[in-house]
Amino acid sequence: MTHWIIIALAAFIVILTVLSVLGVIPSVRVVPDDTKFDFIRFRRISFPISAALSIVAISLYFVHGLNFGIDFRGGTLIEIQNKSGPADIAGLRSELGKLGFGDVQLQQFGGPSDVLIRIAEQPGGDQAQQAAVQKVRATLGDSVDYRRVEVVGPRVSSELLAYGTVGLMLAIVAILVYLWFRFEWQFALGAMIANVHDIVLTIGFMSVTQIDFDLTSIAALLTILGYSLNDTVVIYDRIREMLRRYKKMPMPDLLNASINSTLSRSIVTHVTVSLALLALLLFGGKAIHSFTATMMFGVVLVGTYTSIFIASPILIYLGVGSTRHGDESPPAKR
Amino acid sequence: MLYFSRWKALAIVLTALVVCLCAVPNFFAEGTVKTWPKWAQRRLVLGLDLQGGSHILLEVDGNAVRKDKLNQIADDARRAMREARIRFTGGIAVRGDNVEVRVAEADTQGAISKLRELAQPVGGLAGASGQRTVEVTDAGGGLIRLSVPQAAITERMRQAVEQSIQIIEKRVNELGTVEPLIQRQGIDRILVQVPGLQDPSRLKEILGKTAKMDFRMVDPSVLPEQAQQGRLPPEDDLLMSAQTPKAPYVIKKQVLVSGADLTDAQPGFDSQRSGEPIVTFRFNTSGARKFAQATQENVGLPFAIVLDNEVISAPVIREPITGGSGQISGGFTVQQANDLAILLRAGALPAPLTIIEERTVGPGLGQDSIAAGELAAYVGAVLVIVFMTLTYRLFGLFANIAVAINVAMIFGVLSLLNATLTLPGIAGIVLTVGIAVDSNVLIYERIREEIHGGRNAISAIDAGFSRALATILDSNITTFIAAAVLFYIGTGPVRGFAVTLGIGIVTTVFTAFTVTRLIVAGWVRWKRPQTVPI
Repeated sequence: MTHWIIIALAAFIVILTVLSVLGVIPSVRVVPDDTKFDFIRFRRISFPISAALSIVAISLYFVHGLNFGIDFRGGTLIEIQNKSGPADIAGLRSELGKLGFGDVQLQQFGGPSDVLIRIAEQPGGDQAQQAAVQKVRATLGDSVDYRRVEVVGPRVSSELLAYGTVGLMLAIVAILVYLWFRFEWQFALGAMIANVHDIVLTIGFMSVTQIDFDLTSIAALLTILGYSLNDTVVIYDRIREMLRRYKKMPMPDLLNASINSTLSRSIVTHVTVSLALLALLLFGGKAIHSFTATMMFGVVLVGTYTSIFIASPILIYLGVGSTRHGDESPPAKR
Repeated sequence: MLYFSRWKALAIVLTALVVCLCAVPNFFAEGTVKTWPKWAQRRLVLGLDLQGGSHILLEVDGNAVRKDKLNQIADDARRAMREARIRFTGGIAVRGDNVEVRVAEADTQGAISKLRELAQPVGGLAGASGQRTVEVTDAGGGLIRLSVPQAAITERMRQAVEQSIQIIEKRVNELGTVEPLIQRQGIDRILVQVPGLQDPSRLKEILGKTAKMDFRMVDPSVLPEQAQQGRLPPEDDLLMSAQTPKAPYVIKKQVLVSGADLTDAQPGFDSQRSGEPIVTFRFNTSGARKFAQATQENVGLPFAIVLDNEVISAPVIREPITGGSGQISGGFTVQQANDLAILLRAGALPAPLTIIEERTVGPGLGQDSIAAGELAAYVGAVLVIVFMTLTYRLFGLFANIAVAINVAMIFGVLSLLNATLTLPGIAGIVLTVGIAVDSNVLIYERIREEIHGGRNAISAIDAGFSRALATILDSNITTFIAAAVLFYIGTGPVRGFAVTLGIGIVTTVFTAFTVTRLIVAGWVRWKRPQTVPI
């Protein structure tokens, strides 16, 4: 069955390729060639919007908080599948409630027979967590299939949180240093502001949706960072090139020209990344659902917007190109 | 930019081909690959989240190691004082992080020089730190303080972790599991990864036991009830039985024979009596001699087999046991007898281990994750390919070929490194498909711009490549830094993501600089195009 689907898809791709190469199907133009959208003037709208959104995101973080998973909070997570049909969540809840674990959350996870059990960290150190799992196993017995059991003790969880935070900081610093060497400091600073903007909005998203915040979320944040910067760097590269070539062009025009000339690429790339992420979101399984959902938000919604509407216009305020007119050096060609 | 010498082109094609071929072993069954020559056996390893299994992080109890060390020093000091016939007036005791010896003031100097003999260089003879295992200081008034420097404790800890790893290896291997991974993490931690376990309870049971077994005498002069009321002689311990209902025993502290003297232990059935499961054991020569002597002296009295401070059984010695072997019966189930034999054969851990992290994935979920990852990969690839074809037509085809080679190369490199593929790792590959086309997009858009700027086809393609490649390098390095940091901080599945992401970036840059360029250069040579169809 699967083989036939793959063969059919392959045939479809071959036919499509032949038709479009022969010119039977017209090529799709995402962005018309001469787009001259005034992105820089749009900063009068985009900056206040971003500032407002960032404030909303930060207050959400403080009001709602993040839904810390067991990686960072410690505790136990058990995914079970009822062997005989749909699981009786209410029944399970009352049975597990009798064990005296305090905070026990049950949640249907995927199919009707799949249940995710979360048990808050038990007082009494690492052994107490293991004892909790044993009690659950003893209570539920063999009527369920234990699909996944994760137990994180108090020390490991605090270490993971520290690692995650340090890692995020380290990544930002490392990338900044790199940008500082490759470009001028204003670019590095602009990229950093854009970075922080990305992370703040994504954390706001995670707070609103109450998606599990665990190690994979840190991975998602780092990836968002990497890709948003990837985009920013492409535009910055162009800005630098234009700065060298057009010594007299006013900064807003120059920035606009840079963004517009890379716009087609920005959009095509974001479509392809979104398509890949969409496939992961829809079919990649629930184990990485929160990971891909966060990435979808960060890369697709925030990342592109940031590089175009924040990272580039902000260069005006940081004084990029203000010293050009006195520059006597011959135009450098890369 | 479009000219390749014959050799350079050949080198590129060969490199790409060889790296892609490295992925081939993954398409064959494991048994088939095993028959191939060693260099051809490298393949992807499925992470525990895909094949199912247990990841267990253990921590060696540092306090127990320190306490053990201090007790041992106290014992040594006691013996040294006895040998030198120096009377210790106030006794020898462990106080905090020191051992304190109190002698008559006149004997202080003699005692100190005697106690100094206990100290050895840290790290054995090879240790070059110049530090000693015990520091002896005169606290005045006949009080001598023996302390253990941090370096000696650290050294002892290192040994304890190493010993523990060896013992765990023996224990886990006895369970008959496939390719367990046991490795040290940090200073005091041990990571145990066992693939393909349905229920890790037994594994945890076996890992969690110290398995320190002693043969000791029961003290018949004190009733357990009296001892529970507080009248426990200083040379005795009050221990509980391992079986339920728990019963108290008064056991002498002195050890007749310790588990370290065992050479073998096997599960079996009691042939004479009920046929219940038992464990038979055999001592080494010195253990056999000690056991024979002890049983000779104590015929008619009960002795106790003590495991991890619990009394397994306390039989009466009916006759001297001189053969150097015996059996333990303690109302075991067959599995308990099996496990006890495994534990006794592997030996006792130098210090208790605590499970501080456990992640177990059942085989069912692993299967589902593989299926989900595959489906997402196919769908993602098809969507991207269709979109690229529609957008760039012929050049879209070039991009798709480059991306296909790119993905094959990712698998090749992963196999070459024997890397672990996890579900987030698969996500990393799918994401790379989306990202890898970016390098092509950058080049094509640049070519379009150059044409727009008035260049002819070939010069535009040339300029497009040379300008875009610098950007491709710049933009990919930022993502690579993120992947590197993630690799450093992440564990398990997340690290798998960092690996595929990082390798994906490297292969992406490689294909952009070589494969894509080679394809386009070939096309230009063949067609000599006047216009570029993008």
